[in-house]
Amino acid sequence: MTHTQEVSTADHRGGADDADRLARYTGPPIPVRRPRHPVLRFWSTAVGKKWVMALSGLALLGFVLAHMVGNLKLYLGESHFNEYAEWLRDLGEPALPRTVLLWGMRLGLIAAFGLHIVAAAQLTRINHKARPVQYQSHRDYVAANFASRTMRWTGVIVALFVLFHLADLTWGNANPDFVPGDPYDNVIASFQRVPVAIIYIVANLALAFHIFHGAWSMFQSLGWNNPRWNAVRRYFAATFAAVIAIGNISMPLLVVTGVVTK
Amino acid sequence: MDLNLKVWRQAGPDAPGRFETYAMRGVSEDMSFLELFDVLNEQLEGRGEEPVAFDHDCREGICGSCAMMIGGRAHGPETGTATCQLHLRKLVDGDTIAVEPWRAAGFPIIKDLAVDRAAFDRIVEAGGYITAPTGSARDANEILVPKEAADAAMDAAACIGCGACVAACPNGAAQLFTAAKYSHLSLLPQGQPERYTRVVALVEETERWFGSCTNHGECEKACPKEISIDFIALLNRDYVKAQLKNRALTGQKR
Amino acid sequence: MTTLDAKIPAGPIAEKWDNHKFSAKLVNPANKRKFEVIVVGSGLAGASAGATLGELGYRVTMLTFHDSPRRAHSIAAQGGINAAKNYRNDGDSVHRLFYDTVKGGDYRAREANVYRLAQVSVNIIDQCVAQGVPFAREYGGLLDNRSFGGAQVSRTFYARGQTGQQLLLGAYQALARQVHLGNVKLHNRTEMLDLVVKDGVACGVVARDLITGEVRSFSGHAVVLATGGYGNAFYLSTNAKASNVTAAWRAHRRGALMANPCYTQIHPTCIPASDDFQSKLTLMSESLRNDGRIWVPRDAGDARSPDQIPESDRDYYLERRYPAFGNLVPRDVASRAAKREVDEGRGVGPLKNGVYLDFGAAIARLGRSVIEQRYGNLFQMYERIAGEDPYTVPMRIYPAVHYTMGGLWVDYNLMSNVPGLYVLGEANFSDHGANRLGASALMQGLADGYFVLPATIGDFLAPLLGTEPVPTDDPAFREAEAAVGEQVRRLLSSTGSHPVDHFHRELGKILWDNCGMTRTAESLDRALTDIPALRDEFWSDVRVLGENESFNQSLEKAGRVADFLEFGELLVRDARHREESCGGHFRVEHQTEEGEALRNDDDFAYVAAWEWTGDSARPTLHEEPLAFENVALAQRSYK
Repeated sequence: MTHTQEVSTADHRGGADDADRLARYTGPPIPVRRPRHPVLRFWSTAVGKKWVMALSGLALLGFVLAHMVGNLKLYLGESHFNEYAEWLRDLGEPALPRTVLLWGMRLGLIAAFGLHIVAAAQLTRINHKARPVQYQSHRDYVAANFASRTMRWTGVIVALFVLFHLADLTWGNANPDFVPGDPYDNVIASFQRVPVAIIYIVANLALAFHIFHGAWSMFQSLGWNNPRWNAVRRYFAATFAAVIAIGNISMPLLVVTGVVTK
Repeated sequence: MDLNLKVWRQAGPDAPGRFETYAMRGVSEDMSFLELFDVLNEQLEGRGEEPVAFDHDCREGICGSCAMMIGGRAHGPETGTATCQLHLRKLVDGDTIAVEPWRAAGFPIIKDLAVDRAAFDRIVEAGGYITAPTGSARDANEILVPKEAADAAMDAAACIGCGACVAACPNGAAQLFTAAKYSHLSLLPQGQPERYTRVVALVEETERWFGSCTNHGECEKACPKEISIDFIALLNRDYVKAQLKNRALTGQKR
Repeated sequence: MTTLDAKIPAGPIAEKWDNHKFSAKLVNPANKRKFEVIVVGSGLAGASAGATLGELGYRVTMLTFHDSPRRAHSIAAQGGINAAKNYRNDGDSVHRLFYDTVKGGDYRAREANVYRLAQVSVNIIDQCVAQGVPFAREYGGLLDNRSFGGAQVSRTFYARGQTGQQLLLGAYQALARQVHLGNVKLHNRTEMLDLVVKDGVACGVVARDLITGEVRSFSGHAVVLATGGYGNAFYLSTNAKASNVTAAWRAHRRGALMANPCYTQIHPTCIPASDDFQSKLTLMSESLRNDGRIWVPRDAGDARSPDQIPESDRDYYLERRYPAFGNLVPRDVASRAAKREVDEGRGVGPLKNGVYLDFGAAIARLGRSVIEQRYGNLFQMYERIAGEDPYTVPMRIYPAVHYTMGGLWVDYNLMSNVPGLYVLGEANFSDHGANRLGASALMQGLADGYFVLPATIGDFLAPLLGTEPVPTDDPAFREAEAAVGEQVRRLLSSTGSHPVDHFHRELGKILWDNCGMTRTAESLDRALTDIPALRDEFWSDVRVLGENESFNQSLEKAGRVADFLEFGELLVRDARHREESCGGHFRVEHQTEEGEALRNDDDFAYVAAWEWTGDSARPTLHEEPLAFENVALAQRSYK
């Protein structure tokens, strides 16, 4: 804290403790330059980055849920599914020209992904610097679970999967049977290939683990903490993760096993 | 009972370290873990070897000096207990137990199991106080503090500054320490005038030394005073408020 | 022998402090930064003094051998802090707190100091609340109080069972703020090993950096020692492991007088040692005696487990001997009674070294949940240490050394006989007489640091305006540095066969057996032969491994034990000279028919202040006569 009115003999002295020699010789292990602009300064702290991650995560959770709900139309048949895909493009009409709102949402989504990933990468670097020498004996974790400790790996898996998913069903360059404008057949054709189905299943499992920690962690990072609701936060995260996992995995699974066909 | 201790030995901050195994035979289960080290050290000195350096002082769980990673857990297997209050009866006869120092960039190793925790002092110096120069106080009972607020502040203030939260955190973050100090002061009426300047100062100083909180919750389980991570949520919320809201009129603009 | 002048201001007792503050010389605010003050120790007294001097604008250098000021042993105080606020409307007042403290101290304290302590106690609570100390509260938001240590009024403020911790954190945080501002320069892990005196005036200290072994000099206009008590001379005590007498003892060897070292307080409710490796004893709050009943088996050697011993075979000895006060007799009485039972073979537990503190009757009467509410955390602590469930098996307790009332002699200004050397808190002797009341130690430490020293030090410093501190290359510093270096070399070159702890344990045993709860001329004479012999053995047979240039805890310990070995002799010598019983000093030869301490006010109503002469067997005694003008001398009785 800065105190300008305070009596200070600092000019005679040159500061604080010169006896904690170890820190004096090495300096702070994680030196940070703080920018002046309030927004950048906020972003420069890990707490700020976590807040951004939580908000972007919240947006991504909304997307994942909506995406799943839309795609479950797969089970209602080709016409419903394709109709839904067209509706997405029409969204916002007539106030906005066709596909403008969709693109707006896509840009928002890209921004959320981008911020989420950049923040995660920077936090990972900070955390590596915070413990340069690892424990040399086996750690016995009590609270940190598989999901929380593998966030960066499940995150990487999901990010790579998103690229594959786009190449598979949006751009079509990963899908030999791709027909532009025929999403239903494209999905079925893709999921009928065993390796692709496996990729989808594995990626969605990773996503579920990511959500299991992330959807809980989000509340902490945003400071949404109230003893009345705190117990609900865990259930929320677990339920969300389970719903997404079941919904998203059911599709490739039922297609590859031949239950759902063209 | 018998125990095998695998103890981290390191001659100095920059010296290479290694585990040494010591067989402790026929030790009493009423002994505390630090008394086990007293016995070990006496044996070592008897053999002309240098004793193991470790920080300890009050040995009743309040000074926060003792700091050992015991069997992969900060302060060992018993929850809510500092190393000095861990008694051997809580361990399993015949086990081999690895004992390491806290490991974090903000806690450089001095020797063997002793680390330098001066970074915690730096955090408190940066803003872990209420400005109240001696003599300026009004009558104590003129400040009403709701019992619940006093109790919650006390829960946070129970922190002994041992550093187990940092040691246990997979990220080497000190969020629980900082949040506890912050919450202690900011839950009380006396702490309100400096509330938002304090949170910014504390967060920024903490991050010069330690990692970031990713909500593993490991710190809460390692804490010998069982301080809740709810306080971390409070710290996060107030930090965002401090940074994003206009506080010019409350005199708390940075 | 000379008579010491305590510089007590004239006038009625209630006006002394105000008059004194008015007549003291002041240092102009702009000039304060020209003065350098060295504070050694960072407990309640040291941290509060450092913070307050820093706030005033003095340049403060703070030394602590801990890794952080917050580790000082003040942090372990449980019960609370007294203040004459009279928030309970139960008849408390400054005068009553003063009266209780003088009487509780068995009429061996200096009245003027005690009155001042009671006066500023009120300000301490205000100050601590303003700093954010989370004292217990009523539902309406007002401060809660409890009665403590048999006091007849509720004047104790508390923060759960961690009052000392919270008060120390308050002082530490105020200090941290000054460190941040640059007014206080903090040197942690730096142990003071000598006082530097030039032309009879204290001008600095020599200290060793515990991490690098570097011996450094610090020079200042004044030196403040707030280095705590010497209870660890007994090896097993409730003090922290590192608590020691070194700073005070080295100052004593440089000319400061050591007053009343024989006044040691024994706390009756500690957990008895479980084996020979026990490193320290843990205190449990005295409040346990409110509901627990203390007993031992009627017959020595009764090896039955407590639940097998019928009522008829139990001896509730306190209730039997002191029907009016029963289990609530004062600390010293309860302690001596327990010792008598154990000495006569009726002790309980595997080592037959304790007495039962039984909650069976209280649980039957009030129910387990009430007991859990009142003592839950204490029971948990006991269970953790002793491994027995006190709800079903009676606790075992035994007295242990807890606090030391003696210390360096200081005058009313808290300055020792060496000009420029101030002594605060438990390290001085001033306020508790021969026995300290519960919840008064925290009060004294903070009174000294926050309010007394900052008001009195100006009087000494003001005339020094314009002078620079003695440069650290002065021969006085060089000589002290050389002496410190020489002792380190001597310890490290030792080639004996026993580690330091061995000698410490032996010393503790000698002191506990011969100069503990009860003392006789014979036992004291024995100790006076044993301690010098042990000291010689130490220097010829100790073994200190490692080197000076790195973190070496054996070396630290060795220096401290060496000082205990000299100090212990003075402690015993003081006990031998004081032919009376009072408070924490009980001479078997001097007791009433009821077995109570029998004072000898005609011959011993004085402070015994000892001067180092270079020969530990022949210290010079100086006396400060004590006058009791406001509290009439009376004999205690608890029948």
